Amino acid sequence: MPAKDSPLATATETTPVATSSTAGPELVQLLTPEGERVSHPDYDIDLTDEEYRGFYRDLVLTRRIDVEATALQRQGELGIWAALLGQEAAQVGSGRALRPQDFAFPTYREHGVAWVRGVDPLRLLGLFRGVDNGGWDPIATRFQLYTIVIGSQTLHATGYAMGINKDGAVGDAETGEATIAYFGDGASSQGDVNEAFVWASVYNAPIVFFCQNNQWGISTPTANQTRIPLYQRARGFGFPGVRVDGNDVLASYAVTRKALDDARTGQGPTLVEAFTYRMGAHTTSDDPTRYRLASELEAWKLKDPLERMKAFLYKQQIVDNTFFESVEADADELAARIRKGCLEMPDPDPLSMFDSVYAEQTPLLAQEREEFGRYLAGFQGAHA
Amino acid sequence: MPQLTMAKALNEGLRKAMEDDPKVVLMGEDIGKLGGVFRVTDGLQKDFGEDRVFDTPLAESGIVGTAIGLAIRGYRPVCEIQFDGFVFPAYDQIVSQLAKMHARSKGTLKMPVVVRIPFGGGIGAVEHHSESPEAYFAHTAGLKVVSCSNPVDAYFMIQQAIKSDDPIIFFEPKRRYWEKAEVDTSMTPDSLWGARVVRPGTDVTLLAYGPMVKTCMDAATAAEEDGRSLEVVDLRSMSPLDYATVFESVRRTKRLVVVHEAPSFVGLGTEIAARVSEELYYEMEAPVLRVTGFDTPYPPSRIEEEYLPDLDRVLHVVDRSLAY
Ligand SMILES: Cc1ncc(C[n+]2csc(CCOP(=O)(O)OP(=O)(O)O)c2C)c(N)n1
Ligand SMILES: [Mg+2]
Repeated sequence: MPAKDSPLATATETTPVATSSTAGPELVQLLTPEGERVSHPDYDIDLTDEEYRGFYRDLVLTRRIDVEATALQRQGELGIWAALLGQEAAQVGSGRALRPQDFAFPTYREHGVAWVRGVDPLRLLGLFRGVDNGGWDPIATRFQLYTIVIGSQTLHATGYAMGINKDGAVGDAETGEATIAYFGDGASSQGDVNEAFVWASVYNAPIVFFCQNNQWGISTPTANQTRIPLYQRARGFGFPGVRVDGNDVLASYAVTRKALDDARTGQGPTLVEAFTYRMGAHTTSDDPTRYRLASELEAWKLKDPLERMKAFLYKQQIVDNTFFESVEADADELAARIRKGCLEMPDPDPLSMFDSVYAEQTPLLAQEREEFGRYLAGFQGAHA
Repeated sequence: MPQLTMAKALNEGLRKAMEDDPKVVLMGEDIGKLGGVFRVTDGLQKDFGEDRVFDTPLAESGIVGTAIGLAIRGYRPVCEIQFDGFVFPAYDQIVSQLAKMHARSKGTLKMPVVVRIPFGGGIGAVEHHSESPEAYFAHTAGLKVVSCSNPVDAYFMIQQAIKSDDPIIFFEPKRRYWEKAEVDTSMTPDSLWGARVVRPGTDVTLLAYGPMVKTCMDAATAAEEDGRSLEVVDLRSMSPLDYATVFESVRRTKRLVVVHEAPSFVGLGTEIAARVSEELYYEMEAPVLRVTGFDTPYPPSRIEEEYLPDLDRVLHVVDRSLAY
């Protein structure tokens, strides 16, 4: 058993030791926690003022979706909610790095990616309210349905990427296609994820494995899943790995953009480890005071992804107060729409559970549907 | 006598098993500091140490696979699978390895492994958190499959399961975790493998296990007001299955309704219906009927109450049985 207080005590000499609040020197960063823009030899990007403002706006709106959903859960309108609080930059940055033709395979926490992919937040709430197990059109949005079983989607993403190769849709820097598979530090232990690494490597699949290392898998710290920094795992599978500051939206964007472009031009997979922090509970059902210290959260609050972008915008003098006011107003409007939409969301028709189970309905299900319909109608008759 | 919830009774049962035998170890996701998402292992790591109660990496195949190795090494691992829907990454290890090891080694390798699984619906959860996968395991030779329906059984059955030299899939009805009963820890428990008549009756036998036992008890109480006497049998063990007790009950009532949350198609009820028909064909007044979940994926939680057998659906089928 790894000792809980010395998580990486046995890591090798050459391995930069990372605790949950220090990522080590290999961390790619373009924006310091203080909002200072720094350069990086491999990942420098040029962005317009408009783009900078757009990043900030998405960060704010994403956080507002999350805060509103958490409040709705507290008020009994959602069964549960998995907050992304603290992970906005990793998600908005990587999500905005996707080109329209790319396909994303999320876990259950990728609300920020969903937002930049154009999925209506109400569709996400529908899952957590318990009115739907799917919720949106994955083909139209190029954003696959949420996957709750840990790790499964990494194989789906790999298979999809193999299909891109078979279609000859890689090569061109503009039109080539790529996939991105999201997963967590906990998921990195699953067999499926490790098999996905093998497949992607062997078939040179155009895929980016985007691991949000938020330091926790429910109550289990990352040190209980790995003894080396996660991004270093990639090397053993035969492709590059990079650790990015997941609370830095610009670096998350730049690193993912490059990895996706490598993939779409036929250079195979990359593992991106976004070093970040789950600032909230695992879900609204969880109580983190049972397993982690408040001081850890305090340390991470100093690296808040929104605050640093805000500080940067001020320093650059590319915004004024009316900008922040308009973003706030947009956020208020979005929150109000979400709240209203959630409260008005109808429960599904009970008979809908028999539909779409198969492409071709079976006699057994047709019969069960028929009988249950009659049974329910009997009640209505009795009450009328 | 203490009033214990089922979760607490399981916790006490695990504690007792660990005190009785130093080879008992608990392993699973988030079972240490957190005490498991349902708090069934609450406080056990603190009291028995990280060597005996440990958080595993997030990989169910790893949990069961290493439990097999620990068993070969002489340990008695108790694995926690966090939710029913997450046992499937371990299915290969359970079915292909755990279940067959004793037979393949001609009994040299005992597999005293318990796989605890909170199962069933009714708690308003998201997908994969409300499954009833018991039939997959009952169908597998070499595994034993049990489920407790109340705190007293929970306390004793978990200890009996840990003492057993066979691998046991131990299903815990998660929506009953918070129900309380007085638990007399000094009493001598019934056999782990026996079914039990939990409410005697004369008109129809209701047969259930785990979460549906309470539903059937409620149905029997409601039926009594209408002058019907329903007998309720708690199966307790799905494999092996105590047919003697089932036959004895049905011989008296001549009518049997099997109730489970899992879908009907090739479920436990199918097996029971076949056996009972073979044995009691000439004595019965009605065919064996079933009240089950539908043959669909478990639906979104806002309509799960429609999916799950409830008092009304049980009584509806009881009426059908009596109408023959
Ligand atoms: C196969 C499987 N096992 C267990 C679970 C229960 N579970 C849900 S989330 C979680 C932790 C996931 O941690 P991580 O991969 O780090 O993602 P995070 O929740 O931190 O985003 C666990 C154990 C699950 N959903 N699927
Ligand atoms: Mg995590």
